[in-house]
This record gives sequence, structure tokens and C-alpha cells, in this order.
Amino acid sequence: MSDTAAREARVLDIIETARGKRPKFRDEQITMAHGAGGKAMGALIEGLLLPALTSPALDALGDAGLVGVGGAALALTTDSFVVKPIRFPGGSIGELAVNGTVNDLAMAGARPVALTLSLILEEGLSAEDLRAEVEAIAEAARAAGVAVVAGDTKVVERGHADMMYICTTGLGHVDPRAALSPSALRPGDRLIVSGPIGAHGTAIMLARGEFDLDATIVSDTRPLWPAVDALLARAGAGLRCLRDATRGGVASVLNELARASGVAMLVQEAAVPVDPAVAGAAELLGIDPMHVANEGVLVAAVAPEWADAALAALRGADGPDGGAFARAAEIGEVRTSPAGMVLVETGFGGRRVLDQLVGDPLPRIC
Amino acid sequence: MRYVDEFRDAALGRALAGEILGAVEPGRHVKVMEVCGGHTHSIYKYGVDDLLPENVELVHGPGCPVCVIPMGRVDDGIAIAREPGVILTCFGDMMRVPGSTGTLLEAKAQGADVRMVYSPLDALRIAKANPDREVVFFAIGFETTAPSTALTLKRARAEGVTNFSCFCNHVTIVPPLRALLDSPDLRLDGFIGPGHVCTVVGARPLEFICADYSKPVVVSGFEPVDILQSVLMILRQLADGRSAVENQYRRVVPYEGNLRALEVMAEVFALRPHFEWRGLGFISHSGLKLSDDYAELDAERRFAVPGVRVADPKACQCGEVLKGVIKPFECKVFGSACTPERPIGTCMVSSEGACAAYYNYGRFARERVVV
Repeated sequence: MSDTAAREARVLDIIETARGKRPKFRDEQITMAHGAGGKAMGALIEGLLLPALTSPALDALGDAGLVGVGGAALALTTDSFVVKPIRFPGGSIGELAVNGTVNDLAMAGARPVALTLSLILEEGLSAEDLRAEVEAIAEAARAAGVAVVAGDTKVVERGHADMMYICTTGLGHVDPRAALSPSALRPGDRLIVSGPIGAHGTAIMLARGEFDLDATIVSDTRPLWPAVDALLARAGAGLRCLRDATRGGVASVLNELARASGVAMLVQEAAVPVDPAVAGAAELLGIDPMHVANEGVLVAAVAPEWADAALAALRGADGPDGGAFARAAEIGEVRTSPAGMVLVETGFGGRRVLDQLVGDPLPRIC
Repeated sequence: MRYVDEFRDAALGRALAGEILGAVEPGRHVKVMEVCGGHTHSIYKYGVDDLLPENVELVHGPGCPVCVIPMGRVDDGIAIAREPGVILTCFGDMMRVPGSTGTLLEAKAQGADVRMVYSPLDALRIAKANPDREVVFFAIGFETTAPSTALTLKRARAEGVTNFSCFCNHVTIVPPLRALLDSPDLRLDGFIGPGHVCTVVGARPLEFICADYSKPVVVSGFEPVDILQSVLMILRQLADGRSAVENQYRRVVPYEGNLRALEVMAEVFALRPHFEWRGLGFISHSGLKLSDDYAELDAERRFAVPGVRVADPKACQCGEVLKGVIKPFECKVFGSACTPERPIGTCMVSSEGACAAYYNYGRFARERVVV
């Protein structure tokens, strides 16, 4: 090994040691990056919130916390929605609030049961806008099979909120077939996405009209429990972990799982499903679709012998053909080394790292 | 995507890699500089260097617009952003570049109205939508982006938008290249020419590299196949003992450039006597300011700008990285004190910066990938 190569290897080791440590929260103030699902948000959560509020359920850093109550295994989650604009192609803040919450439950292997709803409304919001969102919430709750069981309403002065924010709590019943953990991944496991990626973040971006692009891209917001139910039924024994790829995109999910399990991942870029319009918009904006938020795409890590069954289960989960998960795809597999790192084999034949971003180029997307 | 996929074709890439292997003189270590940050980004994004033999080394050059901005100019931008009533608009990467007292992103969190835009026209649109505010565009970039800034300023004047101005940090590519070629600590065998810049200025301004320094130059496109083909063309020139400006990117770059764009630039901009570059110091006739004719749209005249020169942080070796003297990982603070989360140097900020590209994409030892 030459001197330069030796130095490179040494520097890489230092970086990986640093990445393996719990991030510190050292910023002097909150910036938009802290809400964007990337490294800055990770530092806020793991460096400030977790140390102060530690509990076994919280420390697991799942999409929902697991709570046992009188013998019942429950999943509890909370979420808030500040998306701008509140209506966008394929959905709106009300529908997003329900789907986002039930999806966090589904990722814990829990069948969604009930929701609470807290509305923060800006003085001056039109009743028409509010009525439309309440209807969207009701419709999405019906579709997801959950009841809204409690709620709260607050109004703040004009300018102190942007139209409306929604906060939710979700309660789910953990399915006995589910044994999921972010640290359960083993070398050889296969990585599956439930459908084309990057649609939601791109749709919001275009809906804001900040970018002159003549493309119709529709948000993928949808409940994921039907997909999880099908996976548990047909490949439950081989299912290691589920994550919905929201802020930070598929890249953030893969990095979190690689770190939690101490494994490497190798993703085949050409195998990742991306709609042409999304790929084109992302290319123009200089964004990798792997970093763009989804609101109806899950990532599953599956034992190799169960991968085909899991794919078949997903593809049939929303009807025999043409369903929401018909384009589910295996995108890569788990390796041993370099631990904690996600690598991509590019369509061109080279390899590169796929890391989390520090922040997200698209703030307030959910 | 049609017309793009064929330039990312793996089989074509492998074939070119085979030809490169045959074209490089055995036992010779060839160093080729890609001048433009867009190339650096592509090289890492597609893993182009994976396909090159060990004795063909790509050296990253100074052509990253964000990377070359010195701290003092960031401070000036922040000072403008803090002026009452100002909306400062800039490209996203610029918001995370550290000045001596913080970044534009931090200034935004402290109350300054800083907004990300994708083009200067977006900034003009914001100005028209906010007639009671002063909207300033933080302009950066080489000849690639300068024409769109110029056109925007022309339009602002034509439409009588008086609450719009430009904080001009545009730079030109030839002076730093000449400075680089004159520096004694650098040995390069050839140059991958900046395709986007040449779309505007043409290939002729690069001829001095061949005439005065006898190095081959190939103006290149930005897809991985383009870059491999350009490397091959450079190797063939070296094997033949030639040094000429060749144009691999003929589908976009006319040898004479874009005369209309050059005219607009000449109308709106004037050369500064000298301009400071991050890590490279002052370089004569390397920066653009607004011409006297457009003085009323010049933010540096409209606002009190501190204009204080701030020395680069001592630990930071961005200058050496920009000159290609060291690889990113050879910098003393790379990956430890300087990371994408907390960058010290500009090269760690932009996706076109050599350090950020290496950190985000190239940061793994190839022999360690285990099944």
C-alpha cells in the first residue's frame, strides 16, 4: 500500500469511528436543517432528546413505541404535519396526517386502531379550507380503518402559524406475527421497496410553484397497513424490519438500519424504481430521488429465502394487478463490511457511498 | 431518459475503460485535472474512477462556484441580508458556506430573510411580488451562470423593477487556470475542459494551455461516458506527443462559444482589477462586477457592505485542494473537524466541491467491500 493509500485508509477509519458514535447536538440555534430528516435532525434527536427522555421503547428509535398494557401489545406514535401548501396533487394535509400516523404504526407491525387529532389553526383560515381538510381526514380514516377518538382545537393569531398544522397520536395493536427490529438485519438479507420512490417530495416541490417545470407528479400518500398485512401473512417469519421512507428518503432509512445492525448494504441503483417524471425533475434540481421523501413507500429487510415470497406478497397486496404496490422491487442486499455504510452500485458500473444528507433541500414537506 | 441514458451506458463505459488501459503508457503515472466541479460531481456520483487503471489519476480542479467564495464575501452577503427590509436570495449551497461569524442559514434563523432560489429569475419574481422590500440576488458562478444573471438584470431594468439588485461574485475560469499552471508545486499532464463554461466562452480561450504550457485539453460533457472518452482523448494526445484543444462535447459546445451570451455579459459586467479566491488569494482580472451602466442594480453600491478581507481559517487546506495539490483526505482537518455537517472549508459544502463529493460519495476503501 502506498503512503497516500495508507493515509486514506487511516482517515476513512477515523470518519467511520466518528460516525459510529452517538451524534452530539452542538448547534446554537434551530435551523430548518433540524427538521429535515437528515444528519442535523439525527443529532437533535440522539444528542438532545434521547438522553433527556430515555426509556426502553424510545431508545429503540422505531417509528412507533411499543407499550404493553394488561397483556395487550400496543404501538403508540405521534406526528405533526406542517406541509406547505396544504393541498397538492394526490393529497392534502388532512389525508397526509392520517396516513402518516397509521404508517408509523404499521412499520411497528401494528394494525392501526385509533387516532387523536389536534388542530392548530391560523386566524383568518377560510372555513372552506378547514371543512375540506376535515372531510379529507374523515375519508382517509375510513380508508385506513381507524377511528378518530379524541381531539383538540387551538387558534393562533394571523402570522403565528401558516394556515393550519395538524398533530396526531396513533394507537395500534401489534400483530403477533411481527418480530421486527432495526438491529435484526444480517448479511445476505434482501432489501425491498414497495414501489416507485421520490414522488411525494417532488410533488410538493412542484406544487409550490417555485420551479417552472411542466410535469404532473402526484404524491404517493397512502396507508401502508395492507402491504404490511400481506407481508406478515406470506413472509412474516423472514421479515427483519420495516420502515416508511419519509423525510430523508430511502437513503436515510438504509443508513439508519445499517448503523443499527452494524452491517453494510449494497444497493443496485438500476433496480430502484423511479417514475420518469420524478427522475427528470430530480435530475434538473440536482437531487437524488433516494433522498426525497415518500409518504406511501416502505423499505423491508427480509431474510434471503423469504425475499421472493415478500415481493409476491407486496405486489398482490392492493389487488391482483395495477395495485399500489405492483412495482415493489428488490433493490439490494445486506453485506458485512464496511459496517454501517450503504454503498450503491451505479447503473454505470462504479460504486459510491449513499449517505444521509445534512438537511433536506425541501423543507416542510409533511 | 432519452438522449441521456446512452451516455450512462455501462457496456460503453467498460469498452472505453478497456481502450484507456491500452492507451496509457505502461509505467507512466498520468495526472489529468477535471477543471469543473460538475465533472468532479459526476466522477464520484457514477464511480467513474472505479473504471480507470491505477496509473491514471483524476485531479480535482478549481471550477466549483461555491468553493471559490472567500469568507469576506460571505460576511458581506450576511451584512446585506441583515439590512432592514432586505430579502437576500441565493442558491441552496451558498446558505451553508461559513463566513467569519456564521452562515446565511444561521442568519436566517436569527431573523434575516434569506431565501433559496434555483435561478436569478426566481429572485426577480420575488422582487416583483414584494415591491415594498429590497430583493438582492447573491450571484455566484463562472461564465456558465453569468449570462443568466446578466439577462435577469437586463429584464429587471426593462421592466422597471427598482427594488432588485445583484451582489455580484461571478468569476472567470482562465485566470485561475493560468495561476495554477504557473504554480511550481503542481504537475499535471492534461486537462478535462469545463463543458458548461465552454458552452458560453467556446473552446478558444483554453488554447493558451496548449500554446504556452504544452498540455492537452479536451472539452468534455458531464455524463460518465463523456468523461471516460475525454480521458481517452487526452491519453491519445499524450501518446502522440500532441497538445491541442479538442472538443468531446460537440453536441453542445460550439468552438466559438455563444456570441449572444458573451455580448450580454460584456454589456452588464465589467472585469474587476482583482478578486479574492478562497484558498488561492487575489487573482488579477478574475472577477466580474456590474458595469457602470448597470451600477444602479449593484447591491455593493446600494448597501453599505463591510468589504473586509477575512483570512481563510488556518487549518483549512481548501486552496491546496482547489489547486489539486492534495486529495481531500490529505487535508489535516478532513472528516474530523471539517465534515458536511460542520464544514470549515468551502470544498466541503457544495456537491461540486471535491471534499464534499469525496466525503459523500467516494469515502470507502474499495478492497474492503465484502459479500
